[in-house]
Parts: sequence; C-alpha cells; structure tokens
Amino acid sequence: MSVEEMNISDRENLIKVGFDFEEKDRAATFLQEDNSIKLVKSLVPGVEILPIEEALKKYSWVKEYYGKAFQKINKDFHKDTQGGYFIWIKKNTQVFFPIQACLLIKKEKFSQRVHNLVIIDENAQGYIITGCTVSETSFDSSHLGISEFFIKKGGYLNFTMIHKWQSTSLVEPKTVAIVGQEGTFISNYICLHPVKKVVMYPEVLLVGEKAKTRLNSLLFSHPDSFLDIGSKVVLKASFTGAEVISRAISDKGEVIMRGHLQSQSPKVKAHLECQGLMLSDKGKIWAIPQLETSYQDVDMSHEAAIGKINREEIEYLCSRTLTEKEAKSVIVRGFMNTDILFLPQVLKSEVERITQEITKVEF
Amino acid sequence: MKREILRIENLTVKVSSKEILKNINLSIEEETTLILFGPNGSGKSTLIHAIMGFSGYKIVEGDIFFKGKSIKNLSIDERARLGIGVMFQRPPKIKGVSLKDIAYFLSSQEEEIEELIQHLNLKSLFHRDLNYDFSGGELKRSELFQVILQKPKLLLLDEPESGVDIENISIMGGILSNYLKNNCVSSLIITHTGYILDYVEAEKGCVMIDGEIVCMGHPQEIFESIKSSGYERCRKCQWKK
Repeated sequence: MSVEEMNISDRENLIKVGFDFEEKDRAATFLQEDNSIKLVKSLVPGVEILPIEEALKKYSWVKEYYGKAFQKINKDFHKDTQGGYFIWIKKNTQVFFPIQACLLIKKEKFSQRVHNLVIIDENAQGYIITGCTVSETSFDSSHLGISEFFIKKGGYLNFTMIHKWQSTSLVEPKTVAIVGQEGTFISNYICLHPVKKVVMYPEVLLVGEKAKTRLNSLLFSHPDSFLDIGSKVVLKASFTGAEVISRAISDKGEVIMRGHLQSQSPKVKAHLECQGLMLSDKGKIWAIPQLETSYQDVDMSHEAAIGKINREEIEYLCSRTLTEKEAKSVIVRGFMNTDILFLPQVLKSEVERITQEITKVEF
Repeated sequence: MKREILRIENLTVKVSSKEILKNINLSIEEETTLILFGPNGSGKSTLIHAIMGFSGYKIVEGDIFFKGKSIKNLSIDERARLGIGVMFQRPPKIKGVSLKDIAYFLSSQEEEIEELIQHLNLKSLFHRDLNYDFSGGELKRSELFQVILQKPKLLLLDEPESGVDIENISIMGGILSNYLKNNCVSSLIITHTGYILDYVEAEKGCVMIDGEIVCMGHPQEIFESIKSSGYERCRKCQWKK
C-alpha cells in the first residue's frame, strides 16, 4: 500500500505528529509503517536518508557507528530490531528545512522495534522532526526505538520528537548521543496524548570541548497514563554546557521527571529545571533532579517546582470575560509554551498548533 | 433623569473572616463617574474585588445591583460579560500568556487592536509573557488596553495613575476620557493622587475610611480638602452622608 492509499485517520495522526505529506518545507522524508518502509526520500543535496539496513549495506563505515554510542556508556541494546532510519548530514552542509521521519504502528498488538542512526558531520547543521504514532485500531501495541546520534566537531542538530499514542500503547525509546567539540545537540520531546506507559532516559555525552546540549520536554499525563521521562548528561570536557528543561502537567496521570547532570571535567556549566502542574488531587508528579561532580570549578544548578493553577490568574482572565474553563485552558497552554524549544520558524507554528490542540481540552 | 447602572446596598464584606467593608451604600448613574478617595488600607480595592465577585471577598450582608438586577450570585465572567470591566492595580503575572492572546480573545478587529497598541505604545509588550518585568507604567497601559477592548459599560479603575510618569498619565488620561465619553460608559475610579481628575469629568466623589463611606460630595472639592488637610478632616466631614 502506498502513502496515498493510507486511510484518513492514519494520515491525520501523522499530520498531528508533524508529518507533512506535501513535503513543502522538508529536506528529506522517511516513513515506516509497522516493519515496512513506505517512503524514503532526500530532497536536498548533502542529506542522505536511508532505511538503516540499507545504509549498513551501502556504506561499510556505518558499522563503525552502529551500536557504538551504547558501547560508549557500557549499555546493552536490543539487537532484534527491524527498520529505522539512517540520517547523515554531510560535512559543511547546512539544512534549514527540517528532515521528517515518522514511525507508525498499524497492526494490533504489534511490537515495533527500530534502530535509528543519525550522523551530523563536521560543521553540518540540521533539524529533524520525528513523529511516532499509532492507528486508532492498533490496541496493545508497543514501540521500542533505539536511537544513536553522533554530532561531530562544530555540528548542530535540533531534534524534535512528537509522540501521539493511545491508552494501550507501551513505549520505550532508548537514546544515546555523542557530541564532539563545539557541537550542539538540542532535543525536544513532546508527549501530550494519552498513552499507557512511556519510559525513556536518553543519555548525552559531551565529549569535546565547548560541546553543548539542551534537552526539553513538554509532557501531559492523562488519567491512567504513566510517563517516566528522564535524561542524563555527562559533561566530559571543559567548557561544555547542558540545560535540561521539563514541563509536565498531570491530569490524573503519573509523571516522573528525572534529570541527572554529571560533570567529569572542571569548567562546565549545567542547569536542570523541572516544573509540574497538578490539575487535581489525583495523579502524581515526581521530580527527581540530580547534580553530580568531583570538581570544584563547576557551575551546576537545578530548580524544581510543582503546583496548581493559580486561582488569581484564573479569576483575572475571568474578569476579561473568559469562562473558568477557558481561563484554565489558556493558562495550561501558556505553561506548555513552545518557546522553550528553540524551534526554527517553519516548525514553530506547526508544533504550536499541535500543542494548542491538545491543551484546548476542558478541565 | 439618568438611570442607575450600579447600586450597592448595605454591603458588608469579609476577607479571611475580617470585616473590611461595613454597610456600604453607593450608586452610579449611567454615563457618570464616581471618584473614590481614601487612605491606604481603607478598603477601596476590596470594594472593586467584591463588585467583580473575586473569591476571598465574602458578602456577609447587602447586595450589588447592575442595571437593576442583583449580581451577587453571578460568576466573575458572567459579571464581566454583563458589562463590568476592571483595570487592576496589581494584575497577576501569567507565564506563556501574552497581551496578544488576551487581545484576540476580546476583539476580532485587527484594526482596533493595532490602533490601540500604537496609541498606548504597547508594541514591545504585545508578545511578552503578561506582566512579567512590566514597569509600573507598562502595567497600567496594558490594563487600560485590555479593558477598552473588553468594551464594558461600567469601568472600575483601581488607581489608574499610580506608578505612571506624567507623560504617560496624559496619554492614558486622554484615551480613558475619550473612551468614557464616546461610548457613554460609567466609571468608578479609585485615586490617590487625584491626577486623573485633570482628564476625567467626574460628577461625584466619596471618601472611604476604615471600610466605611464617610463623605460624599463634589470630587474636586473633596480632593482640595484632602490636599490641604489630609483625611483627618474627612473623618469629621460636614458633607457626611
């Protein structure tokens, strides 16, 4: 079945996780349904996009990267994967339109297991938007995504991942990123729809001097959803910097926000911020920030705050003619403001539309 | 004879079980302005919050009528939609919500919004988080902007000129005065400095001390008396109710 023959509801789901069927403002496209690759296309020079199995066959050097990020942190990874994307932005290539990569689960009780590999070569720059979603009728499915990122010297990657699952989905992304000298890795994770369980704990190693990372998450936990979202950054070289920002709303669901910043070098700067909003007395938000170092000359900080929607803010908006429900919705949307994501303009309005849609719900 | 737009009858209000307003009786007619004077902590802002129905301001006795109907049991937004608007003295900060968001909620007329932004010099604040790092003058201009877009029939202004420099008072005063006149709007204005009297034609004035209205009269005369003798004279006022 081709992309054109996809049913409307699947197409809509893909649009809601940022997929652009017209590929108007896109640099490349990858679309996988269950285990089958539906679409792979690079639209600009300097960007190579392939199914991972094909990339391993086409380039012998890809083996040198495959699984290597996990080995670096002495972690095992699932080898029984099928599919996944290989994205390579070549040396000195700067791509301003996003590369889109989507993974859809169609079958019921399907276990999708993919391995993705992203290489941002020296002084290359790019944006990736990746959406993972599930068909309305695919109950009790699971998604396991192994992702490895290599950002070489002076490389820049802004990676935005949007998830839209359903209340029976089990999701387990496993990510390791290695960032070289003066490289930048920005990762945004957005999960605002119901899901049974998401557990993820990406690890970023800043191995070269002046490497930087910023990890942002916007999370909304619905009744019976369980989100255990964390991240670890290891600052291995001097003048590296990390910022981890999480915003979570619990609407009777559970959220754990973990963050671990570990400096293995002096002269590093790192900050961790977790903010939670409880919409009722049901559900749970648990913020666990950790800072770790053995060096004197570091600048590491964290702040965590959990609370409810401020009554004064609601009443203020009500005095401007908004109903209480509208006022709460506006405040929640404000809390989930996408300005923290450092998105390029072309993605900003899309991501804003996606977050606004879900936070329009009534509380 | 002008009709009453707001009538407050024997109003007693408690805040955290403390009686703040005691047996207040007031009325404002259509297209008229009432100036409310009073020292700090006398209960002036409490009156505005009680009229609007904010939580924590408990009416223990009396009633509030808007255009002849009791509004005591209406929610804040219902009162706002009937035509009561407030310009707050200390509006809250709201993260991720901009003046632009509220503007487009209150009006769909792009031109009207644009024009008011220009007049009130709000361009640089339009996209910023509401009230975050706004200066005193910016807060007031932002409040006036919102409340004008809201198009109320009764405007409650809580110290519109406090923290505003002379130049901005003149801009705001001009816009406020035009709005009141051109739209036949009534207002209740709380003022400390009285600067606003240079711009707004007010028919009535009153003084609140310790939660009670102690004096009613011509606003300019009351203001002159306060300027010369402070609020002490108001306590023994010859015009006392």
